[in-house]
Amino acid sequence: MVVSFDRSPDAYRHWKLRTDGPVAWLEMDVDEQGGLVPGYELKLNSYDLGVDIELNDALQRLRFEHPEVRSVVVTSAKEKVFCAGANIRMLAASPHQWKVNFCKFTNETRNSMEDSSEHSGMTFIAAVNGSCAGGGYELALACDRILLIDDNSSAVALPEVPLLGVLPGTGGLTRVTDKRRVRKDLADLFATRSDGIRGKTAVDWRLVDEVVPRRDFRTVVEQRALEAAGRSPRPADVRGIELTPLEREVTEDGIAYRHVRAAYDRSLGLVNITVRAPGEDAPADAAALHAQGADGWLLALTRELDDLILRLRTNETELGTWVLRTEGDPELVLAHERAVRTAAADGDWLAGEITHYYKRTLKRLDVTSRSLIALIEPGSCFAGLLLELALACDLQYMLDGPPIEDPDSALRAQLTLSEANFGTFPMGNGLSRLQSRFYREDDHVDWLRRDAGQPLSAAQARELGLVTDAPDDIDWEDEIRIVLEARAALSPDALTGMEANHRFVGPETIETKIFGRLTAWQNWIFIRPNASGPEGALRRYGTGQKAVYDRKRV
Amino acid sequence: MPTRIDYDSKIPNNVGLADDRRLQRALEGWQPKFLGWWGEMGPALENHGVYLRTAVSVGRDGWAHFGHVNVPDYRWGVFLAEPTPDRRIAFGEHKGQPVWQQVPGEYRADLQRLIVVQGDTEPASVEQQRLLGLSAPSLYDLRNLFQVNVEEGRHLWAMVYLLHAYFGREGREEAEALLYRNSGSPDSPRILGAFNEETADWLAFYMFTYFTDRDGKYQLGSLKESAFDPLSRTCSFMLKEEAHHMMVGTTGVDRVVTRSAQLIREHDTLEIAACGGIPLDIIQKYINFHYTVSLDLFGSETSTNAANYYTAGLKGRWQEERRKDDHKLTDDSAFLDKPDSEGSWSQEEVPALLALNLDLRDEYISDCETGLKRWNRILEDHGIDFRLALPHPGFNRNVGLAAGHHITPDGTIVDEPTWEAGRHHWLPTPEDLAFVRSLMRPVYERGKIAHWVAPPVNGINGKPFEYEYVRLV
Repeated sequence: MVVSFDRSPDAYRHWKLRTDGPVAWLEMDVDEQGGLVPGYELKLNSYDLGVDIELNDALQRLRFEHPEVRSVVVTSAKEKVFCAGANIRMLAASPHQWKVNFCKFTNETRNSMEDSSEHSGMTFIAAVNGSCAGGGYELALACDRILLIDDNSSAVALPEVPLLGVLPGTGGLTRVTDKRRVRKDLADLFATRSDGIRGKTAVDWRLVDEVVPRRDFRTVVEQRALEAAGRSPRPADVRGIELTPLEREVTEDGIAYRHVRAAYDRSLGLVNITVRAPGEDAPADAAALHAQGADGWLLALTRELDDLILRLRTNETELGTWVLRTEGDPELVLAHERAVRTAAADGDWLAGEITHYYKRTLKRLDVTSRSLIALIEPGSCFAGLLLELALACDLQYMLDGPPIEDPDSALRAQLTLSEANFGTFPMGNGLSRLQSRFYREDDHVDWLRRDAGQPLSAAQARELGLVTDAPDDIDWEDEIRIVLEARAALSPDALTGMEANHRFVGPETIETKIFGRLTAWQNWIFIRPNASGPEGALRRYGTGQKAVYDRKRV
Repeated sequence: MPTRIDYDSKIPNNVGLADDRRLQRALEGWQPKFLGWWGEMGPALENHGVYLRTAVSVGRDGWAHFGHVNVPDYRWGVFLAEPTPDRRIAFGEHKGQPVWQQVPGEYRADLQRLIVVQGDTEPASVEQQRLLGLSAPSLYDLRNLFQVNVEEGRHLWAMVYLLHAYFGREGREEAEALLYRNSGSPDSPRILGAFNEETADWLAFYMFTYFTDRDGKYQLGSLKESAFDPLSRTCSFMLKEEAHHMMVGTTGVDRVVTRSAQLIREHDTLEIAACGGIPLDIIQKYINFHYTVSLDLFGSETSTNAANYYTAGLKGRWQEERRKDDHKLTDDSAFLDKPDSEGSWSQEEVPALLALNLDLRDEYISDCETGLKRWNRILEDHGIDFRLALPHPGFNRNVGLAAGHHITPDGTIVDEPTWEAGRHHWLPTPEDLAFVRSLMRPVYERGKIAHWVAPPVNGINGKPFEYEYVRLV
């Protein structure tokens, strides 16, 4: 089965997206029979990857198509149930890599909600109108405010540990303590009782912000949404742009978009990904950027790259190395970058959204469990924002010499730093990729900043530590072949763990804790017999039989 | 326009050097450093030409050219044996697949290490033998020393060729490092222990070429089986030259034993030191020493590295293709003798894959025995009862199961004081070494030879013993 991430609001099966002036209503109404994979029913607003793909689509559209929206109410269209979290039968039946990839995507989606809150002036209000458990509460945790209906039965709960023998792995444990600052002993009590917490206690423990009587619930939610909208810095009287369907050609051997193409090499277990520079001049001003809409180079490229990352992660799990190249005119890349940056600096919402979308897409790359290798060759355009792609890679090789196919050519590889490399696209750890690369070498980063705008040769790039190595044209092909073959021979699990460790230096943030600590523990627990063995809690859930645990603490 | 260097005439080769930019670039950087190393660390004796064999092709006949050469002008070449059409991997998990013409990325590090270790031994012996020319027993021997040295130099080139041609920048750096490590250097010694021992006299030289170069033969033989075809072909050709080194060792010891036997007969005593011969017990002590340090070169009896190399197809067994088994060895076992602290030997069964070093060492030991038979026949022919023998493989070992145990030449496990008390009976003492050295007076006259060694039965390339093999200054 090939999973597509294309969705359109008029064809959502599980969500209703409605906007009412500055307030958007995002109502979860999961179709029980609408599972992405046969074999389970999505009861009680439980979700699978398909449900979350729609949520992700809705969030993207809110940012680009509905700039007038200033607050978003996340609620359920079903009676007495808000959301029961990830579907347990789906989890129990899924192979390990599917579970892990599913969790990663749902985590990214929830992070993107917080990104909207922080950068787009959107306030998310979780209107918890019924029982709210596990991933349901984690969805609420990703919102800015949580309103819990006070009907003497609806509760918020993280029942994963007591019921399933796994963790609330979509940020639950992290956000309870780090975002909502629930005391650790209370967090412990909360996460070990299957029935959750309701009413005043939930407020006292800071698990929710307020409880609202049933009959007032709708009114209060509306009122809170309007209050939040009133505080939003989003500009008034703006019109969105349409996120038109992506064009792509999918074959056995790869995927081709307008600005991005991916070619599979199954024998080496790798994908050759090439990102193309714009072919035309940069938009002259913000108005031109708006006129281009989804056709504008940077937005189109970002959507394509985002789609490619998601598709490869989900559909091509055995292609373990991604080789990234760029091609085209670096000057045009920098010109487009300047156009977007200038408009964003002037407060243009679309330029801002494009910038943040590209940032999120780079973050997807950062947490992708594939070996990422950048090849910087003559004719490439690793400049400014495209240089971030190379910096996101685990290894960077730059050809110091003429193009292999044309030894007489005077063309040489170069790369160019721009202001965009110094904080515009922070990683999950809050640092730029250069700061991460040169951790606690601020002098060196300052030094690099002085070189911004200057094309750097392979020798300079190596000297400055921007590339791993710069083989000349005589060595190039063999060196690269050996690098790729050697990579393909290593343990995929060890590589994933090693890369994830190396990529995120320095400080912890909620994001790094979710993708590092929480996810790593969760993925370990997932493969333990206590969860996924025949007598494990995840497999036994719903059978009426009790889980049998291996009691040894590890 | 810079002048185009005529690579093919300067460096005889069959690897297409004239058209290989990568190789040219690498050799241009390396060759001057090699010549510098040769000048500093190569044979110390000045001369106007040595009658040397130079490899000029790999054909069945006429692969070498003989003539007087001024040694720094020796044309070190790069030769690989002719390729075997459709050669297949003979062992390990890739058995049956076509051999590799390129280094697989997966095995780059291991192959590079194997080549570096092998390459490191080649120049080491040149360094060890640097001063021997000053005490050569004849021009014939002097010529052989030069021949062995230039060929070790060529073997270095062969390994450097592989590093240059297949291992990129790291390979070039390793090739350079081969010249910067030096035998016996306190800071940067050669990788393997035996190659940091001094070759102080000509008996040691003969022993070295018999025992230590023979280890090289077996290492090359197992690398010749490699799935990495350029390594295999390189080693095939090196084995051809290595045979000459063995000959120098075998006949060298022959001639010492012969001369000692003559003196024993002449003076009717085994105590021939006083009449300028080397007593048989000293020869035995030299055998004991050189044989055992050479055994150390085979590494530990059980080795996961060797097992991994075998499974990967990097390094096979001696005569791999002639062996009648599955060539994977995953279900086979081997037995090895282990000394224990109680002073007895016990046998342990281990997976055959882990015992590959032992397998190669056993092949080596039985090959070494042939020399002993030869030398004992000489003694027998002279009516002498004394017999030379190889000591037990556990004797005097610093590597492997026996290291740390005290084992006598007959294989008895004893305590340290007992062993130390016997040491002077078994291994050359400082007095023995000083005595042998005292015999080492150079004889540079055509047709003459030192008193302690017999002349060779045959000369080189059909030339008589009296031939002017070396033109001295």
